[in-house]
Amino acid sequence: MTVPRNKTLTPQEAPSLPGHFVHFGPERPLRLDCGVDLTDFTIAYQTYGALNEDKSNAVLVCHALTGDQYVIGPHPVTGKPGWWEMMVGPGKTLDTDRYFVLCANILGGCMGTTGPKELNPATGRPWALDLPVITVGDMVRAQAMLLDHLGVEDLFVVIGGSLGGMQVLQWAANFPERVFAAVPIATAGHHTAQNIAFHEVGRQAIMADPDWCGGDYLSQGKRPHRGLAVARMTAHVTYLSEASLHRKFGRRLQDRKALSYGFDADFQVESYLRHQGITFVDRFDANSYLYITRAMDYFDLAAEHGGVLANAFRGTKTRFCVFSFTSDWLFPTEEARKVVHALNAVAANVSFAEFISDKGHDAFLLDEPEFRRVLSGFLEGAAEHRGLPRAIP
Amino acid sequence: MSPDALEVSNRRRKSIRVDLQIIADMIEPRTRVLDVGCGDGVLLAYLGTFKQVDGRGIELGTDGVKACVSAGLSVIQGDADTDLKDYPDHAFDYVVLSQTLQAMRAPKEVLGHLLRIGQRAIVSFPNFAHWRLRWYLVRNGRMPVSEALPYQWYDTPNIHFCTIKDFVVLCREMGITIERSVSLDQRGVTRRIGAGAFFANLLGEHAVFLLSQ
Repeated sequence: MTVPRNKTLTPQEAPSLPGHFVHFGPERPLRLDCGVDLTDFTIAYQTYGALNEDKSNAVLVCHALTGDQYVIGPHPVTGKPGWWEMMVGPGKTLDTDRYFVLCANILGGCMGTTGPKELNPATGRPWALDLPVITVGDMVRAQAMLLDHLGVEDLFVVIGGSLGGMQVLQWAANFPERVFAAVPIATAGHHTAQNIAFHEVGRQAIMADPDWCGGDYLSQGKRPHRGLAVARMTAHVTYLSEASLHRKFGRRLQDRKALSYGFDADFQVESYLRHQGITFVDRFDANSYLYITRAMDYFDLAAEHGGVLANAFRGTKTRFCVFSFTSDWLFPTEEARKVVHALNAVAANVSFAEFISDKGHDAFLLDEPEFRRVLSGFLEGAAEHRGLPRAIP
Repeated sequence: MSPDALEVSNRRRKSIRVDLQIIADMIEPRTRVLDVGCGDGVLLAYLGTFKQVDGRGIELGTDGVKACVSAGLSVIQGDADTDLKDYPDHAFDYVVLSQTLQAMRAPKEVLGHLLRIGQRAIVSFPNFAHWRLRWYLVRNGRMPVSEALPYQWYDTPNIHFCTIKDFVVLCREMGITIERSVSLDQRGVTRRIGAGAFFANLLGEHAVFLLSQ
């Protein structure tokens, strides 16, 4: 029951958003972790490639905090290539000639799925802070409803990095029988204190912007651009590494030969961060940023299973492949190892590799040929066990 | 099997090292196997193809891990000295430790884990009492360097060498049953290890033990 695609979108954005939308009416409520039933909600999603006859080749890509369903570009708002264009497409690692690749905008997001900027059907006004707090578990249960809607019983692979990786782990824990293989990348079984701390800085920046209006900015015709930009700037630093910042910028000056003895962007790194902040606000909703960072903060898979992460995976038949990057200090290898140790503790089928990169947390989004090569090998092996046809050499 | 496939399988059969072949022959088909220190996954790939085992591996070296995962094998980057404790009891039919025991910080502890995690353990190691090594030490008065043990004393990963006799004694002390044991000389000739292990200890360059608790 696909609805006209502009049904739940704000008037400015609806006509420009391509892709698929599914609406779940009051008869299909989603029980959220906070105890509230979410009724009347929409999931926006993209598909690439075709579902095979026995529906065994579906790959769910889970996007990260500021990603969206447009894995392959051009992005409808920015016009830029998709966030995982490197990975997904015909003949690529996630080969759309072989796999049916699916990516849904997460619950709480701002690219068509129900989130704080969409209209609350009960009031006809944007949800804003009236939207119940969303968790990673809620996101995953909503995705499961999408799969039911599409008639996809189980997934060949669930894959994603960062928050996407949290969703992968949640998928494997909640729906083990629906996940043949799981690839959590640059992620952790819980959000660490340091990560929560950085998110809190971002949220406070947004909420300190007078244009945030207690969350009600859309109704008042305002946007907390300055706050959201600062939040993005802080977060962006955490996605990089000292080595990559040094390599890219060092202490080089921006369009000038000498220090200005003022507070303009003297350094290239400042100019770069400001640019990151400014371009981000054009495509992202400030309240969405609050909701999604909160979902990540709340993520603690062990806590959901009596404090023992291994219990989340007991009896699992899923084939896991965990990846981390050496310079990722936001989701360090140590956190990935905890997931691997938990999987070992239940004798799960698990592979794990750490890749050497100076690109920090963002490495999973960037050109890391060795990472793609090893992932391809894992997928080939999994496809063989799944009985999917081999790649054409 | 088509003639082509048979030829490929024969080629693969030939390409596996003799000591790995001995290990592979000790493993029943369609069992669960954990290969500790699996290197680039030759044994796991062989067991998967020819014995349909459900195989897993642990490897310390990043190149080995990436080669394994790229080949579709289930292998984690990890350290046997620290990571074996995570595995539950009797999770595998066999746990293999091939040419790795001598590189462990705590070989006795590792051996205990192997037989806790697996119904059986298969352990292979270079025999430090082989006559060539004895002769090298007597003649040169220096730490033996050979084709099988190519490292100088200061850069060797092998920090806990033992002899076949040492290993037999340790098994006795730990109450471990030796179900089968084979020594192997440099020409690939195998020899059963007898009760006193005298000849095997002198002539065997490598040893392979099938153990149970």
